Amino acid sequence: MKKVGGRLWLLALVIVASCVSFLPSYQPVFQALPGWLKGILPEKGIALGLDLQGGIHLVMEVDENRAVEIAVDRVVTSIHDLLVDKSIPAESVTRTSLDRITIQFQDADQKAEIQKLLVDFPSFTEVDTEGTDNSLVWQLLDVENKRIKDSAINQALETIRNRIDQFGVAEPIVQRQGLTQIVVQLPGIKEPKRAKDLIKETALLEFKMLDEENHMRLDLPSRIPKDMEAEILRQFEDKVPEGDQILFERLIEKDTGRESRIPYLVKKRVMLTGDVLSDARVSIGQFDEPYVSITFDTKGGQEFERITAANVKKRMAVVLDNTIYSAPVIQERIGGGRAQITGTFSMQEANDLAIVLRAGALPAPLKIVQDLTVGPSLGQDSIDKGVKSTLIAGAMVIIFMMVYYRLSGVIADFALILNLVCLMGALSALTATLTLPGIAGIVLTIGMGVDSNVLIFERIREELRNGKAVRLAVDSGYDKALLTIIDSHVTTLITGVALFLFGTGPIKGFAVTLCLGIAINLFTALVGTKVIFDLWNQRKKVEALSI
Amino acid sequence: MLEILGKTNIDFMGKRTVAFTFSGILVLLGLIAVVQIASGSANLGIDFAGGTAVQLKFDQSVRIDEARKALESNGVSNAELQEFGQDNKLLIRVKASTTIEEKTAERVMAVFAKEFPDNTFVVDSTTEIGPTIGKKLQEDALIAIIISFAGIILYVAARFELRFGVAAALATFHDVLVVLGIFYILDKEINVLIVTALLTLAGYSLTDTVVVFDRIRENLKSRRRDTEEATINNAVNQVLSRTIVTSLTVILVLVPLTLAGGEVLHDFSLALLWGVICGTYSSVFVASPLVLLWPGRGGRLMKRN
Repeated sequence: MKKVGGRLWLLALVIVASCVSFLPSYQPVFQALPGWLKGILPEKGIALGLDLQGGIHLVMEVDENRAVEIAVDRVVTSIHDLLVDKSIPAESVTRTSLDRITIQFQDADQKAEIQKLLVDFPSFTEVDTEGTDNSLVWQLLDVENKRIKDSAINQALETIRNRIDQFGVAEPIVQRQGLTQIVVQLPGIKEPKRAKDLIKETALLEFKMLDEENHMRLDLPSRIPKDMEAEILRQFEDKVPEGDQILFERLIEKDTGRESRIPYLVKKRVMLTGDVLSDARVSIGQFDEPYVSITFDTKGGQEFERITAANVKKRMAVVLDNTIYSAPVIQERIGGGRAQITGTFSMQEANDLAIVLRAGALPAPLKIVQDLTVGPSLGQDSIDKGVKSTLIAGAMVIIFMMVYYRLSGVIADFALILNLVCLMGALSALTATLTLPGIAGIVLTIGMGVDSNVLIFERIREELRNGKAVRLAVDSGYDKALLTIIDSHVTTLITGVALFLFGTGPIKGFAVTLCLGIAINLFTALVGTKVIFDLWNQRKKVEALSI
Repeated sequence: MLEILGKTNIDFMGKRTVAFTFSGILVLLGLIAVVQIASGSANLGIDFAGGTAVQLKFDQSVRIDEARKALESNGVSNAELQEFGQDNKLLIRVKASTTIEEKTAERVMAVFAKEFPDNTFVVDSTTEIGPTIGKKLQEDALIAIIISFAGIILYVAARFELRFGVAAALATFHDVLVVLGIFYILDKEINVLIVTALLTLAGYSLTDTVVVFDRIRENLKSRRRDTEEATINNAVNQVLSRTIVTSLTVILVLVPLTLAGGEVLHDFSLALLWGVICGTYSSVFVASPLVLLWPGRGGRLMKRN
């Protein structure tokens, strides 16, 4: 007969610890606790996975090459401006490949003069072999190329985080995965589409001047249906003058909601971008229409004042992601560092526009490579069904064990409940996320926990059949089953660990509950039930065992 | 004492020819399924194949052929449709060829909103997976399978003998292949969740096998005069009631999960259910006879006392 005291205390301790650590997972009880207790306990318990509470799981890739292109394009504009400033009559400055710029000029004598300008662009180097007497080829340094790509993803992360913060989501996850991917998880979100649009929008704000001198603009139709954009672009492909482009203004009729487009001939040169904004807010105009008022930082404000002063009575387009929001005529010089973006948008669109402008632009477009969205109704449905079927399964096993092993079966049932309590406690302590496969893992653990007891009981029965006394039969039954139980648990643990290491998302959740469950099983089967048997056997006379 | 089986003495080893033939056919089926999966013609879930899945819950029931016609007339022609029970749920899957940029999910929703204006629906879930992610998930699943099998063989070989390790791994592999074959025949979707189920049943079947092996090892040490065949037969008979009781309890757990666990858990539990049946069969009729096939006399277990 073995001493019971120490193990009984251990058992009690484990049960209390599990219950206490589970408390934060059940908010109704947790909130009712006295303040000092809440202070001691961790704030978070088990979180529900996206499949249970609904939400979005997005994996996105930053288009790195596009980030390089955009950076190089900016340099093209600066070179162009510089050439104009220094009055060097160059023919053209264009980006001729991902990271190369070709400058062409009529007069071969200018070559040396232009070459000197390279000093102002330290991230570029001249490719001697490619240039001719009338052209120069500059290439982005490899180091710089790498830096742009690297910072593109970090900047994208930062921007997305900002946007989500402002959108207001409880416990969002935004993190980098591997070299080029970003994972965004928004649990419990009610408007998945709006959130996705908000995240994906590049939100590159540009101010560009309309080309009002070229006659070609008169050939453009005044208004076209929404889906005719590509058609118009193809039609005028060859006629658009050098340095210009066609952009469309978006119009939505308030009453019918019908969308249409107005094509404009716009100068490619970017006067100002959204980097220089310090704030963006929604305001309501005099006809109850929402607009976004933006505030420039000091430098941006001065720049905007200079641009508007130089272009009075001309039209300036406010362009967001290559769509014109409005193209007002500049009436006078605009000082004070403020401007307005008007257009035909709803209150919500204005709100979202303000958010993306405040949070800043993405360095390059994002590509969604994985998108899992679970509506809140399915989540609730899954919880209900998962819980219901788990309860039915549990009840059936409990009844079966009681019928088959009688009093010993009751002890096994106690072990089963102990298993569940410990597992929930452990999951809470780890602030694990419970997913649907996780519930399946819990159910499987129930099955395995029962198996350990079946192994032990069958062994005890065998010993009893061989004529051993009850106490001896129990002890040797446990001893002989021990090795088998360890072997079988370790092999399953190997599978569990492999799943944990190489599984993704839902599989990981399953692996966590499986591994924890196996460890807890070992404890309840070898310590939990044994203590009770020993307690039982401590009585003076032990003649029969109900098994 | 309530007993399903008393003391039995069935000659399991003697039936090995029949068992091997039966298993051989099932394994062949499983291998065909593997080939089909590898060549991409099996019913791969969109998480592996890439593509879009939209699950909608309608107010009133929608006939599948009407839904398909509505989709086709609106240019979504390669969709697969599936109904779920009494809840008026419809799962629409569009595989790889399309990329996420085309916003297939939104298109599908728009079609139903337009074609069935009186029958409102809520979106249960949408899943869009790019082809590169599908490839990555496939690789990850394969790695997880290989690693866990290697680990299992090593562990069992270390605890027993190499032949036991190999026999256990073969029996486990047998179970996985058979369930895969069954799913292939039933035309069930093979997705990440099913791979999880397969790995779980691998763990389960292994447990079953290890329990039998443990008893064989014990008997090999205590009854050294019996033939190996008799020893193994004895061991299988001794643990038979445990094998059956355990399988019964696990089945008791899985049946309610399969029937009432909701559509997400259904296939998962179904795979496990088949796995349990298969695992129980294989630990008795496949794993132990395999050990017998491999002449291991004078091995570590026999020598040690």
